[in-house]
Amino acid sequence: MKVKLALAQINTTLGVVEKNLEKHLTRIKEAEAHGADLVLFPELSLTGYVLQDLVPAVAHKPSLEDPVFKELLSASRNIDITVGFVEEDVRSRFFISSAYLSREKVVHVHRKVYLPTYGLFDEGRFFAWGDTTSAFDTRFGRMGMLICEDFWHISPPYLLWLDGADVFLFMSASPGRGLTEAPQLSTAHWVESINRAYASIFTSFVVHCNRVGYEDGLHFWGGSTVYNPDGELLAKAPLQQETLTLCELNLNDLHHTRARLPLLRDERTALVQREMNRILSRDGSASGR
Amino acid sequence: MSDLTINTDLARSILTGFIHSETTRAGFSKAVLGLSGGIDSALSCYLAAEALGGENVLAVRMPYKTSSQESLDHAQLVIDATGVQSMTIPITEMADGLINKFPDMNSLRKGNIMARCRMITLYDQSVAFNGLVVGTGNKTEILLGYTTLFGDSACAFNPIGDLYKTQVRQLSHALCIPEVIVSKAPTADLWAGQTDEGELGFTYADVDKLLYLYVDERYTPEECVEAGFERKFVETVVARVRRFHFKRVMPPIAKLSNRTVGYDFLYLRDWGT
Repeated sequence: MKVKLALAQINTTLGVVEKNLEKHLTRIKEAEAHGADLVLFPELSLTGYVLQDLVPAVAHKPSLEDPVFKELLSASRNIDITVGFVEEDVRSRFFISSAYLSREKVVHVHRKVYLPTYGLFDEGRFFAWGDTTSAFDTRFGRMGMLICEDFWHISPPYLLWLDGADVFLFMSASPGRGLTEAPQLSTAHWVESINRAYASIFTSFVVHCNRVGYEDGLHFWGGSTVYNPDGELLAKAPLQQETLTLCELNLNDLHHTRARLPLLRDERTALVQREMNRILSRDGSASGR
Repeated sequence: MSDLTINTDLARSILTGFIHSETTRAGFSKAVLGLSGGIDSALSCYLAAEALGGENVLAVRMPYKTSSQESLDHAQLVIDATGVQSMTIPITEMADGLINKFPDMNSLRKGNIMARCRMITLYDQSVAFNGLVVGTGNKTEILLGYTTLFGDSACAFNPIGDLYKTQVRQLSHALCIPEVIVSKAPTADLWAGQTDEGELGFTYADVDKLLYLYVDERYTPEECVEAGFERKFVETVVARVRRFHFKRVMPPIAKLSNRTVGYDFLYLRDWGT
């Protein structure tokens, strides 16, 4: 089975959802015209990233009653869509979320579980922490979504893998930093390295959709990528440019790679559980959350 | 240890993108900057011209009566090379209007007055030319506080403020800025023979390496000494960075209400764009 992806590496207007929605609808149509099965948008693609006190003003609920999601769900009739947004739950907690939409239904919503609150980041001040990382079934097989800092930690991708995800969809609004002699920033190098490693270690597809543009002095670098289960690069979007990058996944590659390299078959989950229980119950354990 | 070498192609594309983004999203298409004849403003000018087109950049030369002819000539080289629009507005008359009232005025006060006269001139041209004022201060001088508050540090945005002087030189080479500008001794040009390095008491090459360890790599002062820098030098620089922090932040507002600008009224400047 083959699935054609379209990575919508876009810039956003900070805090103006209607304008960003318009861009989403245009890109979705464009992806559809190219025969894509699934179009991906970056983290917080409906709002922009450094929202600070704008958070409550740009929040939405992923349901048909919500005017923004009504349009996006309608656009998902013939093409699946992932979209990044600020989610407000019934008790008015705000999350950085990504929704997977298909056939006019919300298939899955992932709430970012790791909120970077250090250095230039201040997410923990404005957002609530998501509490689950679960894989979900799509018409193209089982997938998992993570948002930026989620996959800077090793455990969320690992949990998705155990939960059955074969295609990892990673969304980012990653501010570039670390200018050295190298042709790309340290952040870009780091993200590419770990995504390649995840694809290899989990013998899975790893798709990363990053945004571009500027917010004040911050620069979002783009360079979205797709890796196959052998850890080979299938597609890479240019740095700094808005693009729609198309990439076809041959899902049979999961079979090809895993027949050769049965890392998933041999993963000793019960051992992991035993050791986790032992480590976490130990006095003075560093585990907190 | 302190490798300050940068990829100049990457820096160039990020910085020109930044100038274009910050200018256009604010509703402008043009920029204004002061061109001193030195390397920092030359670099800002090259980047702005590349980002916006030479015809959309106004470079203003603002000599005081003691400024050297060489500075004016070097600024002209930049104007000719980048195709920017230009204007020369001497500040002698406006600066002396205040300076002459105080016969015993020291050079610090005079220098500050000149820097602020230039700021007034640029912000006036900002309205006349309908362009934003582009900053020309580098990371070294920002960290050392070697600027005049509300003077040369005043701008709408600053493309080169995260580049140490050493990196400004590297990027300037890559952009083919005339060698005579890149290699000359940096000076505020307030009096004949004045140089930054003479006034500061150390070279940019040395202080950049130290600042890189202390700021970027988060070394403690003690670790900087262990890394081979003289203790006195480390102490002088660390003290400067702390002492001049006030020049790098907005003035604090006394908090009284539940929501106060600067503390819990938080929006980016690019809000809504």
